[in-house]
Amino acid sequence: MRREPPRSLADYAPLFFPALMLIVFFVVPFSIMIAVSFFKRNPAGFYTPDFVFDNYARFLTTFFGSVLGFSLLLAILVAVCCVVIAFPFTYLLTKRSRAVQTVWLVGLLSVLSLSEVIIGFAWSTLFSRTAGITNLFVAIGLMKEPVALLPSFWAVLTGMVYQALPYTILVLYPALVRLDPTLLEAARTLGASPVRAFFNVVTPALRNTIVATLIMVFVFALGSYLLPQILGRPSNWTLSVLITDQAIYQSNMPFAAAMAVFLVLISLALVGLTLLAGRKENAL
Amino acid sequence: MPGLSINSITKRFADFAAVDDISLSVPDGKFVCLLGPSGCGKTTLLRMIAGLEEPTSGAIVLDGDDITRVPTHKRNLGMVFQSLALFPHLTVGENIAYALRIRGASKDDQRKRVDELLAMIHLTGFADRPVAKLSGGQRQRVAIARALALSPKLFLLDEPLSALDAKLREAMQVELRQLQQRLGITTIVVTHDQREAMTMADLVVVMGKGKILQAASPIEIYRKPADAFVADFIGITNLLPAEADSAGRTTVLGAAVPGVALPTGSAKATISIRPEDIHFSSPGAGAIAGTVSFVRDLGGTVETFVEAGGTTIVAVATPRERPNVSVGQAIGVVLPPESCVVLQP
Repeated sequence: MRREPPRSLADYAPLFFPALMLIVFFVVPFSIMIAVSFFKRNPAGFYTPDFVFDNYARFLTTFFGSVLGFSLLLAILVAVCCVVIAFPFTYLLTKRSRAVQTVWLVGLLSVLSLSEVIIGFAWSTLFSRTAGITNLFVAIGLMKEPVALLPSFWAVLTGMVYQALPYTILVLYPALVRLDPTLLEAARTLGASPVRAFFNVVTPALRNTIVATLIMVFVFALGSYLLPQILGRPSNWTLSVLITDQAIYQSNMPFAAAMAVFLVLISLALVGLTLLAGRKENAL
Repeated sequence: MPGLSINSITKRFADFAAVDDISLSVPDGKFVCLLGPSGCGKTTLLRMIAGLEEPTSGAIVLDGDDITRVPTHKRNLGMVFQSLALFPHLTVGENIAYALRIRGASKDDQRKRVDELLAMIHLTGFADRPVAKLSGGQRQRVAIARALALSPKLFLLDEPLSALDAKLREAMQVELRQLQQRLGITTIVVTHDQREAMTMADLVVVMGKGKILQAASPIEIYRKPADAFVADFIGITNLLPAEADSAGRTTVLGAAVPGVALPTGSAKATISIRPEDIHFSSPGAGAIAGTVSFVRDLGGTVETFVEAGGTTIVAVATPRERPNVSVGQAIGVVLPPESCVVLQP
């Protein structure tokens, strides 16, 4: 396909509609949110227009610092777990026959059709004492009596990994399918065992893909709101939960807006970091 | 017993045999070309020798050791893939040193060997370049150097030159052959290009439908093809019907060809004769009567197409040998008996 740089204004025409949608549904609301984040809260009513940094200053408290830290840590952990599970899985999946791959991919897509609420309550049942998987362990003699596995940090992590895993696999799949299988065979003829060849050749050849996937899952998990509340203790709540709490229950729009802006900035910074890493790789 | 021997090896995929009971013995230090059309099983055979494909039955013996069940990474072989399979994230030097790194060679040893190999492939000073910045021919050389880094017992190449343009390919064929001669390494190349096989090989193995059709030196395959498929696949040939007349003499398209004997008991056969072996004469007794239908003057050679008895005979000569032939001319085609090969039916 031949690509020419656009010359006249008319060449940009196909961009007008998406640009309009982006402005109306993203740029405008986000600008309002940024503005609100500098407003002054009015405890009696809503907020009054102003330009103060009070809302951002509140991040400096230990409480918000620790919630932010926890949110970041959880998102990183979810991203790492997802890629560590999904990468070998997807790699092995691409080695199966076409029919097997289709069945798996359709299954994964159907998981995507589940809402966060359904996933949350399904796992809360699975982790419960009365009807959970521990009953199964008791039945096969692994445990003495059923226990409740929630609310806990591990329950939150499991739920979120479960939710993000199909996305991870679907993002990794095209890159792994396109990977030249002879790279691995070449490594084997040069004396590398299959496992060693996998880590020497497949992983580095797909470094960019892996980093991009990590970032994607991280951003996805950073916005998680429902699962920490259904599966976790209050100490496992993320910044998103706090934002909702401030915005809806405490009626503190300016502070909620400030936190939301902060969350978006962190996401953007990470996306920028990925692009930078990608460029460095290409320049080599 | 040095060398590679393949003992009645078979590879079945579901209900079809890609390689069907093949036996082949490759003496130490020889250059073998597996030649055949796509789907004839040549690549599968090579991959079984490399251990990338497990044979359904049979054995592969290298220097007296049965390596049929030895995993690829313990076979001590070098292989060049059709896609070359250079590691995109490593430099030229790191690619070549990969096998040494796997075996824990020191940095100094690695560098020394890489420099040696780069000198061998005429790419001295390229060690730190990224693979993506190389031309097609340079990548080819790097793939060869990487495969030879550990001085393997067996050098395998799967359609190694197919990505190069015609001129470069011809040059690389010569270079590859000279390299193999210098190193004296047992080499097996898979190709579908008969020129490539003729240029490089000590032994050409023509395959079709999972079986060996003929295994012989290039010139023997060319001069004495075993059957019509081999004759047609290697170079250009004329396949002409021969029959015995009432007096028992062999005739081809109505002209007697004395001295060519048909297989005993059969009155008909096919003979193969190469275009450069055909002579022309004035029409008359002892020659096949034909009409020139087309002349292709390529400068270095002239190809003359003659319609005779319902088939087209191609003859090749230099322009000096055959100056005055024009389309529509009636002509006599002479088949020297010593150049006619009677093919097995």
